[in-house]
Amino acid sequence: MIRYLIPHPLLSLTLVLVWLGLVNTVTVGNLVLAVLFGLVLPIFTKAYWPDRPKLGNPFKAIEYVLVVLWDIVVANVEVAMIILFKPEREIRSQWVPVPLDLTSAEAITVLAGTITMTPGTVSATLSADGRSILVHCLHTDDPAALRDGIKSRYERRLMEIFQ
Amino acid sequence: MGFVTELLIAVFLVISGVFGLVGSYGLIKLKDSVQRLHGPTKATTLGVGGVLIASMIYFFAQNGQLSVHELLITLFLFLTAPITANFIAKTYVARHLRPRDLPDSTSEYGWSVYDDPPETIRDE
Amino acid sequence: MITYALIFAAGCYGLALLMNLWRIVKGPNPADRILALDTMVIDVIALLVLYGIWQGTAIYFEAAMLVAMVGFVSTVAYCRFMLRGDIIE
Repeated sequence: MIRYLIPHPLLSLTLVLVWLGLVNTVTVGNLVLAVLFGLVLPIFTKAYWPDRPKLGNPFKAIEYVLVVLWDIVVANVEVAMIILFKPEREIRSQWVPVPLDLTSAEAITVLAGTITMTPGTVSATLSADGRSILVHCLHTDDPAALRDGIKSRYERRLMEIFQ
Repeated sequence: MGFVTELLIAVFLVISGVFGLVGSYGLIKLKDSVQRLHGPTKATTLGVGGVLIASMIYFFAQNGQLSVHELLITLFLFLTAPITANFIAKTYVARHLRPRDLPDSTSEYGWSVYDDPPETIRDE
Repeated sequence: MITYALIFAAGCYGLALLMNLWRIVKGPNPADRILALDTMVIDVIALLVLYGIWQGTAIYFEAAMLVAMVGFVSTVAYCRFMLRGDIIE
C-alpha cells in the first residue's frame, strides 16, 4: 500500500525540497503544498519511472560529490591554462574509449556527467550495448593513464554507491 | 557590510568574470569543433557558479537570511551542463564523423550513434 | 569595491557574449552554433544575476531561472532536431 502511494520516496523528497527552495520561504501553507506535489507528481509520472534506483551507501555519495566538486575547480583552472597559454599545434586531443563495469543506467548517467564536468574530458556516446563509453580528451599524452584514472577515481566510487 | 565580506564578494565576482571570458575565448581560439566543447562547458559553470556564490553572500550580508534560489540555479546548471555537452558532442559525431574516425569500442557492438542496440536491451 | 568588481564582471560577460556571437556567425557547422547559443544563454544568466546584485533586489532570480530552463530545453530541442530530424517522436 505504502509502495503504491509513494512509488519513489527519493523523488518525493527532492520535489518537496525543490518546491520549498523555489518559494524561498518555509511556511505551513508552503509545506503542505510541497508535500502535496511530492505525493501527487510521482504517481502521475509513474509510467516514466519503471524501476526504483537502488542507493546502496548515501555517505559514499556525499564523499563522491565533494571529490567531484574539487575536481571541477581543478579542471576549470587546467582547461583555462590550456586555452590561454598553450599554442594551437601543441594541443593533442584524442578520443579515448573507456570500457565500463557499471551496469545500471543511473550509474552510467552519473559517470558520463562527471566525465564531462572534470579535467579536459567530454563524454560523447556509449557503445550500442552500453559496455563502453567514448571520451574526448582536450590534451593528453597518455590515454591509458586517463582511462585508468576515470576507472579508479570515479567508477570505483560509483560501484560502491549504486551496488 | 564589513570589509572582509566586500572583499570576498569582489574576489568571487572577478574570478567568475575571468572564467566566463576564458570559456568564450576558448570557443574562438580552438580549431576543432570537439575541442571547442571543452571551453564553455567547464569555464562557464564555474563562472556562473562564482557569480551565484557572490550573490548569495551579498544578499545574506544585506538581509541576514540565506537565499536558496542561487543554490537551485547552480544545481540546475550543474545537472544540465553535462547533458547539453553530451548532446552537442553526439550531434557533431553523428553528422561529421564516420565510424573509422573513432577508436574501436572495446565491446562487441559499435558506438550507439551508428549501431543499433542489441535486441535484449531494446526490449526492456 | 563591489561596484568596480561588478563593472569588471559585467564587462567580461559582455565581451564573452560578443565572442559567442562571432562563433555563431562564423560556424562552420551546426554543432558549433548550438554550442555558442548555449554558452550565450549561460552568459545571460550570469549578467542577470549581476544586475540583480547591482540593483540590490532578488527579483531577477526568477528571470535567471526561467532563462536557464528555456535555454536548456531549446538546446536539447536543437540537438534532437539535428540528430533525428524530429523533436518529439
